[in-house]
Amino acid sequence: MIPKDAYYTKDHEWLKVNGDEATVGITDHAQEALGDITFVDLPKVGKVLKAHDSLLVVESVKAASDVYAPVAGTVSAINGALGSAPELINQSAQGDGWICKLKPFDASAVGSLMTADQYEAFLAEH
Amino acid sequence: MPVQYDGILAEHHRTRTDVTLFDTCHMGRFWVTGPGAMDGIDRLLTTEVRAMQDGQCKYGFLLKEDGGILDDLITYRFNTERWLIVVNAGTLPKDRDWIRARLPDGVGFEDASTRLAKIDIQGPNTFEKVEQVLGVEVASLAYFRFKTFECGGEAFVSRTGYTGEKGVELYVDAARIVEVWGRFLKAGVKPAGLGARDTLRLEAGLPLYGHELSEYVTPVEAVMARYAMKAGPYVGSEAVRRHREEGPDRVLAGFRIEGRQSARAGQAVLSGGRCVGKVTSGSFSPTLQVVIGFAYVEPALAAAGSRVQVDTGRALLDAEIVKTPFYKAGRSG
Repeated sequence: MIPKDAYYTKDHEWLKVNGDEATVGITDHAQEALGDITFVDLPKVGKVLKAHDSLLVVESVKAASDVYAPVAGTVSAINGALGSAPELINQSAQGDGWICKLKPFDASAVGSLMTADQYEAFLAEH
Repeated sequence: MPVQYDGILAEHHRTRTDVTLFDTCHMGRFWVTGPGAMDGIDRLLTTEVRAMQDGQCKYGFLLKEDGGILDDLITYRFNTERWLIVVNAGTLPKDRDWIRARLPDGVGFEDASTRLAKIDIQGPNTFEKVEQVLGVEVASLAYFRFKTFECGGEAFVSRTGYTGEKGVELYVDAARIVEVWGRFLKAGVKPAGLGARDTLRLEAGLPLYGHELSEYVTPVEAVMARYAMKAGPYVGSEAVRRHREEGPDRVLAGFRIEGRQSARAGQAVLSGGRCVGKVTSGSFSPTLQVVIGFAYVEPALAAAGSRVQVDTGRALLDAEIVKTPFYKAGRSG
């Protein structure tokens, strides 16, 4: 079941808006495809990103994968728990496995992301 | 063989603490038979086949004339006229053509890769499970020894493996393998995939053909000349002897990186900002909880304790050259 309260990208990131801040992570589909995650190269707070910039790299046992910024913004918080427990992403990709927060972020670009229903249809096609 | 069944880490830990099952049917299995069999393979392999005993198996190499490694393999001696050679999957067709073309007339050669199935059972509880499932006692089998058993058709088991853990490799007639596999599953032995096989062999300090070993590397560079000490002559013996005398320009070394960010195959090894080598394998080690790997480096930097860096493209990781194996069964951390 894909959470309805977030927006999605074709690269399998999710973005959840909470007032003037947005939380970002990778989807359950993405963590499933990556397998056991062993390292998250967390960005620094204050990092300024354009949409589609590489936000960070997630490493699984087999490979390293880029995670991109769903929209433009500035990293305002990171999930430090992932440093010693990157498996939180496998266990709860859209909960405790969140990666970072953006504030400010480009709220006008959120409308170009997919809704949960659209992402579900996208997954079915790909 | 899939990359994973229920997750690489779970399968890895299960192999280290309990027991798992690997479908290794993709590997190659060749019978070499007849009165000229021993002489024939003695000329092709680095393995001291003449010194082996019946029921013994041994690791060795198939080399080109220039000493480049065509494959690493295990040779099983049933008797002087009956031998089995077990090779890697990716090299199977090439090995088959190479060996067949170089065996003397009259020596029998059969590619039994589809007729004779192979599965590995690995982990500290291997012996109990094999005895329970197949009724075969393997606890008294010495390391790198094998024995036949009753299973309807060809069946034998060797005290070998690719995980650094207690374990066996099991060979049975292909017609029986689905049933045998099912019996292990029913007894609670879970399967492990290619992903765990790779992290397990890396922790055990075992090379992987295509990574640490290739046609462009000799046993001397791979620091495995001990498996090519036979006087010969065999194909490649002269090149190995010469290479050992002259000394290699690069050698294989294990490295360790504190933390979780992994070095990967193909990345450059640096010392003082200068490129001194290349990573062949690298992974987060599920057992040791640090990053480990292999790299070819200049001999002067290959001693344990040497400090180098690995350039991942995004970061320079500090690495220490360490002795291998990284992990030995029965020891923690």
